[in-house]
Amino acid sequence: MASWPILSVTTFLPLVGALFILAMRGDDEAVKRNARWIALWATLITFAVSLIMVWRFDPSSAEFQFVEKKPWLAGTIFYHMGVDGISLPFVILTTALMPLCIIASWQVIQFRVKEYMIAFLALETLMIGTFSALDLVLFYLFFEGGLIPMFLIIGVWGGPRRVYASFKFFLYTLLGSVLMLLAIAAMYAQAGTTDIPSLMRYGFSREMQTWAWLAFFASFAVKMPMWPVHTWLPDAHVEAPTAGSVILAAILLKMGGYGFLRFSLPMFPAASADFAPLVFALSVVAIVYTSLVALMQEDMKKLIAYSSVAHMGFVTMGIFAVTTQGVAGGIFQMVSHGIVSGALFLCVGVVYDRMHTREIAAYGGLVNRMPLYAFAFMIFTLANVGLPGTSGFVGEFLTLVGTFRVNTWVAFVATFGIILSAAYAFWLYRKVVYGALTKPSLAAINDIGAREILILAPLIIMTIFFGVYPKPVLDMSAASVTALIENYHHAIGGAKAAALGF
Amino acid sequence: MYQAIVFLPLLGCILAGLISLAGARARFPGGEPSEFDHGHGGHESHAAAHDAHGHDDHGAHEPAAAGSRFAELATTALLFISMLLSWLAFVKVGLGQEEFRAPILQFITVGDLKVDWGLRVDTLTTVMLVVVTSISAFVHLYSIGYMEEDPYRPRFFSYLSLFTFSMLMLVTADSLVQLFFGWEGVGLMSYLLIGFWYHKPEANAAAIKAFLVNRVGDFGFSLGIFAVFYLTGAVDFDTIFAQAPALSGKTFHFLSWDLDALTVVCLLLFMGAMGKSAQFLLHTWLPDAMEGPTPVSALIHAATMVTAGVFMVARLSPLFELAPIAQSVVIFIGASTALFAATVGLVQNDIKRIVAYSTCSQLGYMFVAMGVGAYSVGMFHLFTHAFFKALLFLGCGAVIIAMHHEQDIRRMGGLKSRIPFTYWMMFIGTLALTGFPFTAGYFSKDAIIEAAFVGHNPMAIYGFVCTVIAAGLTSFYSWRLMFKTFHGEPHDHHHHEAAHEPHITMLVPLGALATGAILAGMPFKELFAGHGVAEFFRGSLTFAAGNKVLEEMHHVPVWVALTPTVMMALGLLVAWQFYIRRPDIPAALARQYKPLYTFLLNKWYFDELYDFLFVKPAMWIGRTLWKRGDGWLIDGFGPDGVSARVLDVTRNVVRLQTGYLYHYAFAMLIGVAAFITWFMFASGGH
Repeated sequence: MASWPILSVTTFLPLVGALFILAMRGDDEAVKRNARWIALWATLITFAVSLIMVWRFDPSSAEFQFVEKKPWLAGTIFYHMGVDGISLPFVILTTALMPLCIIASWQVIQFRVKEYMIAFLALETLMIGTFSALDLVLFYLFFEGGLIPMFLIIGVWGGPRRVYASFKFFLYTLLGSVLMLLAIAAMYAQAGTTDIPSLMRYGFSREMQTWAWLAFFASFAVKMPMWPVHTWLPDAHVEAPTAGSVILAAILLKMGGYGFLRFSLPMFPAASADFAPLVFALSVVAIVYTSLVALMQEDMKKLIAYSSVAHMGFVTMGIFAVTTQGVAGGIFQMVSHGIVSGALFLCVGVVYDRMHTREIAAYGGLVNRMPLYAFAFMIFTLANVGLPGTSGFVGEFLTLVGTFRVNTWVAFVATFGIILSAAYAFWLYRKVVYGALTKPSLAAINDIGAREILILAPLIIMTIFFGVYPKPVLDMSAASVTALIENYHHAIGGAKAAALGF
Repeated sequence: MYQAIVFLPLLGCILAGLISLAGARARFPGGEPSEFDHGHGGHESHAAAHDAHGHDDHGAHEPAAAGSRFAELATTALLFISMLLSWLAFVKVGLGQEEFRAPILQFITVGDLKVDWGLRVDTLTTVMLVVVTSISAFVHLYSIGYMEEDPYRPRFFSYLSLFTFSMLMLVTADSLVQLFFGWEGVGLMSYLLIGFWYHKPEANAAAIKAFLVNRVGDFGFSLGIFAVFYLTGAVDFDTIFAQAPALSGKTFHFLSWDLDALTVVCLLLFMGAMGKSAQFLLHTWLPDAMEGPTPVSALIHAATMVTAGVFMVARLSPLFELAPIAQSVVIFIGASTALFAATVGLVQNDIKRIVAYSTCSQLGYMFVAMGVGAYSVGMFHLFTHAFFKALLFLGCGAVIIAMHHEQDIRRMGGLKSRIPFTYWMMFIGTLALTGFPFTAGYFSKDAIIEAAFVGHNPMAIYGFVCTVIAAGLTSFYSWRLMFKTFHGEPHDHHHHEAAHEPHITMLVPLGALATGAILAGMPFKELFAGHGVAEFFRGSLTFAAGNKVLEEMHHVPVWVALTPTVMMALGLLVAWQFYIRRPDIPAALARQYKPLYTFLLNKWYFDELYDFLFVKPAMWIGRTLWKRGDGWLIDGFGPDGVSARVLDVTRNVVRLQTGYLYHYAFAMLIGVAAFITWFMFASGGH
């Protein structure tokens, strides 16, 4: 099929861009400008290449595609890459949002521009790698490696409490990483391979499944983040620069959900079934708890961060319902949340760049001077609320339908989320955008400029397009989701049969 | 043709919306933030520097966007075309024997769940099409005059058209999910239009309240959809209805109980209807919604959106017919609303709120009809009510304009001589609302009361009693409004002198709707409540085998047939006595029965109750979870606690290090790499 390693090209193109920037010397305006343009072109070309991948992708197959496998370390660890219908949507989400992030940082970042662009490009490589690695060690390197540029982005270009935020982030993720690494080592010791497709078919013992599931869960739950390990997220968002928040919310949070789909369900199906009640409980607590907390926030970014935790609650709930609708809905919800929460953080960025504050009370009546901004913000608010016709609805609806079939209590409590999300989202909109413009500091505020329109317009189009016609995303993942669920039920059924046989 | 009915308003919305956005751009060209200091400070001076020449001049003095006139005319013209096509559809589908289905686009296909965008046009739909497009077309026309001075007219017309599109998607829905799409769409437009004057804090509060209370209903609606899919494996109407008889008597495990499947489904879905149609317990948003511009109240909060709940029950008649307990609840809620809202309407003083409570009450009538199984009768009242209630609201709008935005009827009076045309139009509307013989409301309201009398549901008699009493109260408060506004002495001479008839674009809709308020009854009586029902509605409504309400209601005793008219006359007489002959009586009564009066004036204290029960606790819990839960418990014992302990131990070590975060990060990477290497080779060696 592919005569050139398209997946590796997609993955490492951003890194090539980063090397170009690294090669530049000096710190004058010309260098800054070149760094920005190189970063933009690198991300745009990456996006173009990833679109070729979509075009060549065969959605009717559940197999990994564009597979590359080369011996790498010690003869047992391979450089093994490939994507299926579960990972490809996230690869595209990453490549699509990256150019927008670069443009969003175009003028705001004036300090260490070169380093900033390098960090972003390296981050892109690591994120794409995470979604397409088919070897556990390779996955682990990409997965944990992605944290480093993120630390730097928050720690160097972040707000006043950046050190506290990154330290908190670090503590949480460290705990998860160590446990996951132990589990990987144990799996390797038992199965003798770190090859993900082989491990998916391996069939670990019940006890092994339980421990490994918990270890992976520790890592993914922090990434999601699930309640109660979510408290790093609001702080990280508040301190991160705008584009950092966008990537954090849109892509990094999706690694947890992706991990559940790639590892927990296929490799440890029996443990997943055992722990599903735990995940359900944490999910609905997250939905109700963080929605209520979001209601009381005074900082725009914190409010959106808490709403992200609630939205991710729908994802974990849908995934562990392990019904076609639940899992497909979980994937769609992640893609949709990537677009919408990214866009909301960009919207916060727009006013932050003008006023240098994210405090809700500092705003009010923006619509009087920023009508176009109000329009864009409204669209994303609606998607956040899950209004039908926006992408936010499809994921929420599917996860709830899928869960209702498995557990009506869980679906019942989670459905309260649709009331609460409307409450906090419209409250935020009312406080920031509506009302009379009375604050003197806002009297001269400018509406969004051409560059900001260029960033927000594609996101508006995607939000509405996927809300009316979600088929492209759903079809892309359909075959892989079906296979995942079949294998899962096969394994569970097999385990049950085995238990009965004894 | 049917596609055109639905999508022409969307086209209008897009046109007006683009004009509105272009106008906004012209007003505020936008631009990059003028300085980028990476850091925290310096913006104080930035803001101050601009203060001198930056001045917010928002208000009615601003010129409207270029192309405003075009936006108005285009949206209105498209709506009129849509209206003509709808009447054509009414004739072809309702009177002819046609039915129309058209798939538009695939929506969601996941596993066994299939949801498609599609149009379903049967008689039930065409009745709604006619109502929605007719009222909307005239409200568009009326708004040209009403919104004349508003600089944001294109946005207003864009919203109106988008509302109409959503409503049309709702009534042509072929599946529960598309119905939900339209449902949420109209809810959103209601939110945006109530809050159209976004600088008014009350308007913003009312807009959010409307959306949230509706979302409480949607909570039930959503669960109803999930339950339907769980039970039937489908969300499209044809499959659901085909499977409904098989579900009769089945139970399913919902939450922790085994409950009758259809009863649960119907009650959950009805919860949605209660929210949208502002029924008892979920009614609190409707009076507040009157903060929006008056044409919006006429279109959304009287004639169309609020009737969506009634339409939904009619559409789902194959399910409700099999769930008698759910039907009892429908009657109970409907009848209670009819009576409750009428009692509150007795003492209100805001002209629009009186009509709003009246709407609430009339919607209750419709639900009573739905509950007793007289679906076509309920639709009949929906049909006639749309005309006379829209007429009354638009009349109120004309009064408000004439009185320079005064809405309190205590400050009006004697307007009959100043605005006679408006007076006579509202007079017709009031006759129809109170059920004066041979007006539209007379036929439909009497039919509901008769149907309630003969209904077999145990709750039907409650419905009968409530609707009869409410008929008297309706007559009283309607004439009270008329007498206090148009008769007697003017209370504000300044405004009274200046009052004048509105613009011609506002008078034409009043006339057209007044015609409807008279003619919507008699000619349609046979189709909705007579012997033509079966042939007219055919498969679009389902009547269970034992449901003979429509037949029996023609054989009620004479006293039942006369009761509503007698109640109407009584209400009129009392109102005349109170507000024309002896205007001192009401005040005396209010003094004498002060507790009752304040109770009614404060709308049975529902707002205060909900604030105490839900709003305050939600905020308290939110704050507690945030400060105590996240802040004290999780962070305190989690990362902050850990780091504090770690810092205690390593304080001296830390001092030796650079303190740069990324050094830690790189140290971590190196550590991780070493860790991996060690594990790989250690375990690989075995």
